[in-house]
Amino acid sequence: MTDSTGLPDNTELADLADTTEMRDKLPELHARLEREAAAAGLLDVAYRLLDSPVGQLLLATTPAGLVRVAFSADHERVLSTLAERISPRILHSPKALDEVSGELDAYFAGRRTTFDVPLDRRLSHGFLGQVQHALSDIPFGTTVSYGQLADRAGNPRAVRAVGTACATNPLPIVVPCHRVLRSDGSLGDYAGGIEAKRLLLDLERP
Amino acid sequence: MMTKAPFEAVVADHGATVLRVCRAVLGSHTDAEDAWSETFLSALKAYPELPAEANVRGWLVTIAHRKAIDVTRARARHAIPTADLPERAGSDLEPPDAAVWRAVRSLPPRQREVITYRYLGGLDYATIAELTGGTAAAARRAASDGLTSLRAKGAAVTLGIDE
Repeated sequence: MTDSTGLPDNTELADLADTTEMRDKLPELHARLEREAAAAGLLDVAYRLLDSPVGQLLLATTPAGLVRVAFSADHERVLSTLAERISPRILHSPKALDEVSGELDAYFAGRRTTFDVPLDRRLSHGFLGQVQHALSDIPFGTTVSYGQLADRAGNPRAVRAVGTACATNPLPIVVPCHRVLRSDGSLGDYAGGIEAKRLLLDLERP
Repeated sequence: MMTKAPFEAVVADHGATVLRVCRAVLGSHTDAEDAWSETFLSALKAYPELPAEANVRGWLVTIAHRKAIDVTRARARHAIPTADLPERAGSDLEPPDAAVWRAVRSLPPRQREVITYRYLGGLDYATIAELTGGTAAAARRAASDGLTSLRAKGAAVTLGIDE
């Protein structure tokens, strides 16, 4: 193929270089970039994907701590939101999430009931943030109603807002919004789907 | 307002292009990898300030050009004067396009640079002229001359008399 100058177009030369060796080299260079970026303090958000019984989870951390856990619905949109709200300096960097990944694996295997990794709660604001903080006090294996949680967050009439707070919890599973049920005992909604909520509650049943 | 893509997408979309550019300009694989790493580290640092509508590939190739110069200077400082390093041994280890890349590397530096930035980096001649000096027209001529000799080498490769 030629353009108006009679020269071959981009792809002709570029394709010649697209060797297997090169495709193998890029992951190695990526790993080096992850290390050097973290060492230089330039890795504002590191993320990885983790397979779990409730589907593939996206885990994201800042240097301050775990900042986002997301169900598999739309990981690309989740990353765009993190780019906008935290920083576009985002790299796929599984190593930065080794610890929380291990804790989640242990939780799903029934070997762990609490999470010890530091949390970065900057995505929780205002009254919704207060509710999301209160979620962390609901112990493993127990549940509360949306109304009770509204009470605990200091506004018993804000049941609807509590529902919103649970639905928009940036750290599901680790911050246990799945332990909040309707006052009639029915499950209510869940960001990861009702099946995921049921599975988590069953997992925590003694 | 356009939302800026996570930097991971920049690496995924342009990592291979930048590596090709670094290899074409620097030749040595080790030097090219150093330049690639320096390029993306530097890009990561500056990324939040990059306008969302910027030409990301052009931006990266521009950084790669500067980093390649840095690597070349560092190598010159540390060069062992008597050592004339042999080509990497073992032709069976070479990728299938090695002959083409040897041909690219054998071009005069000016032609090699222009060809790399135009055809691998996708920069226009005006931008290349800004980076490497001279005029856009001169850059276009250098690219044309380089391609002529690449075609000749390509023919030589086909005829099996390249070595």
